[in-house]
Amino acid sequence: MLYAILCYNSEQVVGNWSEEKDRAVMAHHTGVVQKLAVVGKIGPVARLMPTTTATTVRAGRQPIVIDGPFAETKEQLLGFYIVECATLEEVIDIAGELAHEPGAVEIRPVQYFSDPSNPARALSEDDAAAVSSQSATRGSP
Amino acid sequence: MTDLAWIDAAITAARPQALAALLRYFRNLDVAEEAFQEACLRALSNWPANGPPRDPASWLIFVARNCALDEARRSKRHEALPDESVLSDTSDAETSLVDRLDNAHYRDDILRLLFICCHPDLPATQQIALALRIVSGLSVAEIARAFLVSESAMEQRITRAKRRIGAGEVSFETPGAPERHERLETVAAMIYLLFNEGYSASAGEVHVRVPLCEEAIRLARLLLRLFPGEPEIMGLTALLLLQHSRVAARLDGNGNIVLLDDQDRRLWNRELIAEGHALIDKALRHWRPGPYQIQAAIAGVHSHAARAEDTDWAEIDQLYGVLEKLQPSPVVTLNRAVALSKVRGPAAALELIAPLETQLANYFHFFGVRGAFLVQLGRIDEAQVDFDRAISLAHTAAEAAHIRMHIDRLMKDSASAQRASA
Repeated sequence: MLYAILCYNSEQVVGNWSEEKDRAVMAHHTGVVQKLAVVGKIGPVARLMPTTTATTVRAGRQPIVIDGPFAETKEQLLGFYIVECATLEEVIDIAGELAHEPGAVEIRPVQYFSDPSNPARALSEDDAAAVSSQSATRGSP
Repeated sequence: MTDLAWIDAAITAARPQALAALLRYFRNLDVAEEAFQEACLRALSNWPANGPPRDPASWLIFVARNCALDEARRSKRHEALPDESVLSDTSDAETSLVDRLDNAHYRDDILRLLFICCHPDLPATQQIALALRIVSGLSVAEIARAFLVSESAMEQRITRAKRRIGAGEVSFETPGAPERHERLETVAAMIYLLFNEGYSASAGEVHVRVPLCEEAIRLARLLLRLFPGEPEIMGLTALLLLQHSRVAARLDGNGNIVLLDDQDRRLWNRELIAEGHALIDKALRHWRPGPYQIQAAIAGVHSHAARAEDTDWAEIDQLYGVLEKLQPSPVVTLNRAVALSKVRGPAAALELIAPLETQLANYFHFFGVRGAFLVQLGRIDEAQVDFDRAISLAHTAAEAAHIRMHIDRLMKDSASAQRASA
């Protein structure tokens, strides 16, 4: 079984960390990742940019593009994609295509990316964006 | 993890929102600040024992409000607080604040808190000092250190500024769209000044003051979180991030200025650059260009060039041209001249800035830049005069040292030229 592990914290608190603190946290994560990489248990890892960089695409006949993160609480995170695009426009097009059920998808640029399970995929700097999808959980469990 | 560092970060993060809500409630900055202080003290004793609250800002607002009301009742210093009937929102004093904080209402509170620091009667440096004290919560000692003045002088300056804004009338009504826009613009300008104060210090031995830059970025992000759809706020935040990305490369080991062309670009912070570009991309979609967006785009062009010689100067020249139209200023034209000199040579650039001399007669950079153009044209004696003038106008030791380095280079070049011809 594949599992996704999602990290939550107060962005404002994290944004107020000192550089040393931030480095220490990243070092801790890297340590865990390296341990898991040895036993082949780790896939792609990403740290997202702050929500100020987020764009949300709401599903509809004509998808609506909204600046800012997905903020509703009645919908839950159901899945995510990592895509590589040259422009924000391109990601928005893809996101609009993905958001065909009621709900929304949020686009967040990726700040840090590594994929220990696929050494061919080198660390990418500013060319990847995460698209996470939040849809209403009504209907299917 | 409720260690002190976490509590400190949580309180710092919650401060603008909490203080802004308390200000609306008490309509008195001193009372709001005192109440917030008291709540912070209680957080220090309560959070380690009971674990951190889910929403630190709501917790602090709720506790601060109760503390202040208790205090007023106990000490019967009723005159210290406005009359109960004047206080807004007393009806919901008992209800949970969480619901109310969830609605986007508090963004106007925070904007108001920032806006009162930008009182037009206050000089820019006092606006900045006030914002650092009130909104960011830096101690007077920290601010004094950042501005290189004594603590007592800064204490006086802040007290005087506070008295000034206390007398002013700031509406506590929810602002209408035009008023909100105007406030937003004023606050953005203050954040920009704050950054510049750190980026290129206006006085003293230290040329770059990183904490001021970081604080400006924090406030810009805060503003953007409150107004996520404003392209100029995206532009402002992007601009600050892109400028700050070069901080490690801007001064050498001796604290001397390193010009963009000579910087070691491996020292540029790629994360900040990537975030800046993400924000420019977002802003562009609005098709509402503004001065911050254009300046961010210019900084963005520089950040794209792996080597100085790869810089797309034609693009920068064009962007400065747009900026000149949006926000005409001799300083913008001076900057455009630098780009133009790379595209069409120093003679064209010299011609462009010729009419600016009277307006920029006291501007350090004017003479530094013109001197550099003159050197390129081989007009060494005139360049020397301009460099001397620049030194006399330098604000910081690093600025003066930078120009002296130019002069030394000139002397060396002409000395070796003489030797060669002899």
